[in-house]
Amino acid sequence: MLALASPALLVILLLIVLPVGWLAWQSIYHDGFTLENYRRILSEAIYWRSFSLTFQISLLVTLLALLLGYPIAYAASVVPKGWSVLILALVILPFWTSALVRAYAWLALLQRTGVVNQFLQYLGIIDEPLALVHNTFGTVVATVHILLPFMVLPLYATMQKIPHDLMQAGASLGGSPSHTFWRIFLPLSLPGVLAGTTLVFVLCLGFYITPELLGGGRTVMVSLLVSRNVELYDQWGAASAVGVVLLVSVLVIFLIVGRFIPLDRILGQK
Amino acid sequence: MKTFSLPRIVFVVFCALVLLYLILPVLIIVPMSFSSTRFLTFPPPSLSLRWYQEYIGNAAWMQATRVTFAVAALTVLIATPLGVAAAYAISNSKMRIMRIVHMMLMLPLVVPIIITAVGIFFVYAKVGLVATMSGLVLANVMLGLPYVITSVVAGLQSFDPAQEMVARSLGMNRLRSFFAVTLPQIKASVLTGAIFAFISAMDETVVGLFISGGQYQPLTKRMFTALRDEIDPTIAAISTLMTAASFLLVLIASTRQKKSGP
Repeated sequence: MLALASPALLVILLLIVLPVGWLAWQSIYHDGFTLENYRRILSEAIYWRSFSLTFQISLLVTLLALLLGYPIAYAASVVPKGWSVLILALVILPFWTSALVRAYAWLALLQRTGVVNQFLQYLGIIDEPLALVHNTFGTVVATVHILLPFMVLPLYATMQKIPHDLMQAGASLGGSPSHTFWRIFLPLSLPGVLAGTTLVFVLCLGFYITPELLGGGRTVMVSLLVSRNVELYDQWGAASAVGVVLLVSVLVIFLIVGRFIPLDRILGQK
Repeated sequence: MKTFSLPRIVFVVFCALVLLYLILPVLIIVPMSFSSTRFLTFPPPSLSLRWYQEYIGNAAWMQATRVTFAVAALTVLIATPLGVAAAYAISNSKMRIMRIVHMMLMLPLVVPIIITAVGIFFVYAKVGLVATMSGLVLANVMLGLPYVITSVVAGLQSFDPAQEMVARSLGMNRLRSFFAVTLPQIKASVLTGAIFAFISAMDETVVGLFISGGQYQPLTKRMFTALRDEIDPTIAAISTLMTAASFLLVLIASTRQKKSGP
């Protein structure tokens, strides 16, 4: 049986295990062993700022995705089948649209002469176009949009399995709708919340397309730090060290969450 | 519960707005691509096929399109058999090591894409695979494998392995019984996996950004480079076509799955 899996395994070993291993090696070896690259991450402000900005943005994006995604998933799990199919289609179609295409759409929507600014000016709400893009705001708006399906799908998968009888039982015992929601539905949906928030947070930590295209050079998330060290400065060692810290953060999060829910349940949603 | 209570109306309006936020950016590129002006005004002053002509008439865009389709097709041709074999092994083996193998095969989903991209770039630079077709295809096979494996493992879960046992007890060897009995029953999940691997290869951006170059640049790389400089409406036309292709493929995958369902 192992033989059957070996061609796929070989591809994985050569194209992801080896490259990531090489990256880790380069972060500590340059004409001899050195921890210089890691020392720099700890001592130079630009690295610190980037890591802290990345964690802040990821937290914000995750929180927003949860706030927007939970009601959607809830609605999809309680409405009649025809409606839930429609809701899920509206979630899944953007999911299978290229992230690059969606970043482009946001660029067009949010720029100075974009649809949103034109509309607000037309309504007379603003006189001057707002700076909606090439900053952190634009990055967050587009990133939440791109990652929202990763929140809704695991939430829906969990909520769909919550038996409706439980809520009816709660209601028949005199619980108000809000009471049965807070005391019965919400606690039972928490595994989905954990899966969705983990997935969105981790994906956001390493997100590259939106901060690069919509960040306007100011939103230097960790992924940009990696790419700039490679492309602009030819600093492979520094890029590798930043990459290793990012990867370790992601793996630690997965390991911690994996103690509460099986990892394949989180990844199965992708 | 009253049907039109205030909290309920607020809830419905909120959900409608979120769904609008989800779908609107995907749809907005369509009118933009048919606009007659270079500036992104909405609604467009008049309709034209100008940007589609620009796209089709441009040799560089056409070359990039050929690269994208060749890469996506080759990716499916390689990733599908590899993924089906691995999924079969995962589903039929009770060895503990298979769990580890399964987790390793999911690595492309776990490792942040920027790290994968830079790592592959380092390795390719050493072995001379940067800016080659084979390099691009190999990387996309790796990225597509988890989609095929996840889909086929799920398909095999609802398949009764006893059927294959029966075929084998009647004298078929393992390979023949797989092709004659098992494969026809899981073909919807194989097709779904193949389609998702195709879409993943078509949409892949970050790895291609680092490892592709010269005449072997996929569409997404040319689009990304063009986006950094200015907003060219030709990209709206290309985006519309790419989105239409994705929608069509997802539609095929979902109708196929319904047909084969119980």
